[in-house]
Amino acid sequence: MPWKGETVQSETISDVLPPAAAGQRLTVRYFAWVREKVGHAEETIEVPDGIATVGELVTWLAARGPGYEDAFRRPGVVRAALDQVHVKPAAPLRGAREIAFFPPVTGG
Amino acid sequence: MAVRVQREAFEAAVEAGALVAGRTDVGSIVTFTGLVRGEAEGRALTSLTLEHYPQMTEAELARIEAEAVARFGLQDALIIHRYGELKPGEPIVLVVTLAAHRQAAFEAAEFLMDYLKSRAPFWKKEAFADGSDTWVDARETDASALARWQAALTQK
Repeated sequence: MPWKGETVQSETISDVLPPAAAGQRLTVRYFAWVREKVGHAEETIEVPDGIATVGELVTWLAARGPGYEDAFRRPGVVRAALDQVHVKPAAPLRGAREIAFFPPVTGG
Repeated sequence: MAVRVQREAFEAAVEAGALVAGRTDVGSIVTFTGLVRGEAEGRALTSLTLEHYPQMTEAELARIEAEAVARFGLQDALIIHRYGELKPGEPIVLVVTLAAHRQAAFEAAEFLMDYLKSRAPFWKKEAFADGSDTWVDARETDASALARWQAALTQK
C-alpha cells in the first residue's frame, strides 16, 4: 500500500480493490432440499466484512438460523454456482452478482 | 449444436431425423433416451418432478455439448432435457450425436450422459402412492463415471 506522500505509478485495478467482497450485493438462490430447509428460494444480501470466498459465505449463512444450519449441516454436501458456473469453496465472491446453493445434481 | 430445456415431451426419432435431414456426410447417428422408471427401491412411483436452475441449465448443457463436439469431432449434437412433473414411462432426456464414424458417435453420447448427470442443474423428487415424496440422492457411480473420461484424456 502507498504511504503518505508516495506517488503511485502503475497499480492495476485489482491492486486497488479490497480483496474481500465487503458490501457487495449478492442474490442468493437455493434449490431442492437446500431451499426447503432454508425456507425460501431467493434473497439478496450484502456480503459482510471479512467474507471473501464461497466457503466463508457458507459458514456465515449457516449461522443465520436453524433452517440455514440444517441446510449446510454436512460439510461438503451442498454445492455452489457463481453466476451460473460451478465453483469450489475457495472461489472468490468478488465480482459475482448471483450465487446458488444446491444438492449434488440428479438430472439425466 | 442445440440444447433445449423444456416441459414438453419429445420424440427421439423425429428429433434425430430433423438433425440429419438433407445431409449426406453423416455416417452415424446415435440417440440415447432416458426414461422415468415406475419403481424406486421396490416402491411404485406416481410421478417424478424435476426442479431446475433455469439460467444455468441451458448454459451448462451448452458447455458440455461444446466439449463433446470438440473432443469427439462430432458433425452435430442435440440435447433435450425436460423439467416439471413427469409420469413413469415418459422420456426425461434425449442425447443425439452425429459423426462420420460410429466410434465417435457412441463415445460422445456416453460422455454427454456422464457429464450431464454430474453437472446439469436438475434435481429429481420422487412421489409415491402413499403420498410421500423424497429427493433422489446423487449416485457415487455418476461421479466416478466422470473421472473415467478425465483419466482417458491424460492417457492420450
